[in-house]
Amino acid sequence: MAEKKKLVVVGNGMAGARFVEEVLSLGGQDQYDITVFGEEPYGNYNRILLSGVLSGTHDAKDIFINPISWYEQNDITLHAGVRVIGIDRKSKMAYGAGGLLVPYDKLVIATGSSPFIPMMDGLYSDDGALRNGIFPFRTLDDCNEMVEYSAHAGKATVIGGGLLGLEAARGLMNRGMEVDVVHLTSYIMDQQLDPSSGDMLKALLEDMGVRFHLEKLTTTVHGNGKVTGVSFRDGDSLDCEMLVISAGIRPNIDLARMSGLNIRHGILVNDDLSCRNDRDIYAVGECAEHRNKTYGLVAPLWEQARTLAERLTNDKSSATYTGSKVSTKLKVMGVELAVAGDKEPVNDDDEVVSYVEPNRGVYKKVIIRDGKVAGAILLGDGSTAPRLLQAFDRGETLPQNRAELLFPLSADGVPVLDVEDMPDDAQVCNCNGVSKGKIVAAVDGGCRSLKAVCDATKAGTGCGSCMPQVQAVLELAADGLVADDPSEHYYVPVIPMTKPELTAAIRLQGLRSVSAVLDTLAGGKEDAASKMGLASLLKTIWADEYEDERDARFINDRVHANIQRDGTFSVVPRIYGGVTSPDELRRLADVAEKYEAKMVKITGGQRIDLLGIPKTHLPDVWQELKMPSGHAYTKAFRTCKTCVGTDFCRYGVGDSVKLGIEIEKRFQGVESPHKMKLAASGCPRNCAESTTKDLGVVAIEGGKWEIYIGGAAGSRVRKGDVLCIVDSHDDVLKFMGRFMQYYRENAKYLERTYGFVERVGIEHLRSVLLDDSEGICERLDADIQAAVDAYKDPWLEAEIPVHPNQFVNVAAGS
Amino acid sequence: MMSVMEAARELTYNLGPVEQIPLGEGRVFEVEGRSIAVFRTRQGEVYATQAACPHKQGPLADGIIGGAQIVCPLHAYKFDLATGRPAGNDCEALRTYGVSLGEDGDILLSHGS
Repeated sequence: MAEKKKLVVVGNGMAGARFVEEVLSLGGQDQYDITVFGEEPYGNYNRILLSGVLSGTHDAKDIFINPISWYEQNDITLHAGVRVIGIDRKSKMAYGAGGLLVPYDKLVIATGSSPFIPMMDGLYSDDGALRNGIFPFRTLDDCNEMVEYSAHAGKATVIGGGLLGLEAARGLMNRGMEVDVVHLTSYIMDQQLDPSSGDMLKALLEDMGVRFHLEKLTTTVHGNGKVTGVSFRDGDSLDCEMLVISAGIRPNIDLARMSGLNIRHGILVNDDLSCRNDRDIYAVGECAEHRNKTYGLVAPLWEQARTLAERLTNDKSSATYTGSKVSTKLKVMGVELAVAGDKEPVNDDDEVVSYVEPNRGVYKKVIIRDGKVAGAILLGDGSTAPRLLQAFDRGETLPQNRAELLFPLSADGVPVLDVEDMPDDAQVCNCNGVSKGKIVAAVDGGCRSLKAVCDATKAGTGCGSCMPQVQAVLELAADGLVADDPSEHYYVPVIPMTKPELTAAIRLQGLRSVSAVLDTLAGGKEDAASKMGLASLLKTIWADEYEDERDARFINDRVHANIQRDGTFSVVPRIYGGVTSPDELRRLADVAEKYEAKMVKITGGQRIDLLGIPKTHLPDVWQELKMPSGHAYTKAFRTCKTCVGTDFCRYGVGDSVKLGIEIEKRFQGVESPHKMKLAASGCPRNCAESTTKDLGVVAIEGGKWEIYIGGAAGSRVRKGDVLCIVDSHDDVLKFMGRFMQYYRENAKYLERTYGFVERVGIEHLRSVLLDDSEGICERLDADIQAAVDAYKDPWLEAEIPVHPNQFVNVAAGS
Repeated sequence: MMSVMEAARELTYNLGPVEQIPLGEGRVFEVEGRSIAVFRTRQGEVYATQAACPHKQGPLADGIIGGAQIVCPLHAYKFDLATGRPAGNDCEALRTYGVSLGEDGDILLSHGS
């Protein structure tokens, strides 16, 4: 193996240590000898929890993410308590204080930021240090010293009514101190809040005993030796024995400046996080300035860390960091607060939706631009925060009814439980029996994204309906360190692309098989979890030009039957529209008897299921049934349930049986991101339950049909949205097909229509599919026709198997 | 991996041509009354493990292969094919068997006691 390259990381805080973790998770220790410099004499701790240490809810030793032993275990050289004083970019050496010289091939600066100390008289003692009793609030040492000092002091003043200042105020109050907060502008937390919510928060905190002094500029600190008070420019003054300065932060860029790197407010970096004028030096975290922005929240830092780690561990990686949408959930002295994006409208046509309940301290405001969340403030009620923040992060189109944004959906089906009060043994995931305690343990063990938690515990990997609660437990247990795993947005885990990006790359390079895609776009990494999703996508893109590789399919799709818990299979032949005949029933009975089906069951989709058939008997069973596959085992069009319609029912106004059979004959076998269950009802009594199907039609008086899309009646219950009303069977088939093709092309793998319709919005779908706003209707119609034309009954493989041992379990004895 | 020569000191079974197993898939062979899953990867490797998943006896040969891992078709538990070790779950490890391809492409399985 080639000699390892040298990776030096300057800074061991939230960003630097996270970057190292990401490098390790990508196998980077095989490529690099890693050296980390940290200015503080510790391992790496969670800075967000310092306020907990100050207020006494957390012990200092409990906030460490990686203790010093972790670095040893992972062969990382840690210089804790050693400041880097210079970088010689010519000879590629980092200089540590005390004469340490470390060569590098790649160097990452993650020096973070420092507290901003405003100018005032009486701050410093003669030796240039802050005077006794004056504290910044940034490091564990600051925190420990404040705790110690507060034991002998009764009154504290905090300069700065921002988030950190309020956290400091809470901490000192918990330690029995009287606290005054001095703030420069007319309302507190002005970075995150608007004036009304700022005033409301102030009132809530005043009730808890904090005293506020707004629009005050501190000019002088009084006291000889010890601090005795402060005075303001307007002549007022306050007595105090302790002064905490929390007036904002400044990126630490001295090292970069001295080393000749391009800087402005922070260290200027490109989209690959490399420095503008040195491609072997990178910067991440609070010290980096990317596209005119520096970030002080943990989520953007972690996105940067992930992107850079992908870049540095894979030569072929094209991962880029394009900036973060900043949203956050906080607790300010116990008051829940969620903020995102803009706090005030910017354009004339920005829409502002708000709800204010001063008595209860509830304030909700959403700014909507082009139908999407541009900003939000939610104070005092977090119940709708996850949904709103998700809509903001992902740029989702919002529902027309704006009230749904601000209030919990009562019909959502997911009971909103307070996970904080749940006992550890309470079951969160009812499919896999995962308790709250198990999720908490996974988080404590290092899982910090929803995906990591689900992979580790299997929570949420069944029906998925518990995801909001898994997320809530994760947030509770992670103490603010929740990461958005970028791979959650990838179509498949192993290729860092969303579905549209991946589709474009596949088309451009003409990749027609799963292995060709993995070779070209995933650096040859064969990933089991990605194969099925790729197979589904390729089939949608290429129809009959797709190069089928059977090993990329799940077993169900290799043998066209549904695997059961004992390894046998279930056989569901197609019964068009649920209409059968005595002859067909006789054949079903004969086959069931002959092959000793363990159970014969009527399904919910109006078909008959023969259960307990061994794999080897599948071809014989199919041939003797003389019926086509019902595709009950795969992600595809399943069935169209019908009521008896006009021929027999005395209420029927439309021939649902005839239409149901036409639908089923047309769309049988069309594969899709997830299964599609359909129904056709002959009158508004809706006996076939069309309104809770992926696609459904309901006959209404006047020879018309309502087409519903996005309905569900499984782990979630959702009434479908009416796409349109048409007056012929042909039009039903046309619009259903058009929607199906759009869903096939745009939904994520394993995203049901109900999630998809909610995500993109019914208005958007109507405009694309009815008004042809994107000019794609003709193509969608042609592409679904191609998929229909490519249909071939997979059960014909009974006669000509794709491999002699396709249905053979035991290949040969010996 | 055990070589053919060393394996010869134990019992080596010739299970016939590797083409019996479709590329990238697994199949079960009965050897001395024992069910053994043999896998043939797209990279040209062969692996052999016990046939039933230790979790709920799922048929591992019907699983999906990714790199040198097998994913059980029943509940998606993952195992390393070379070592048998569980990946991301705390199931017990799979028993593995030495297996290689002979010059003519036959599957040679060594089966100690």
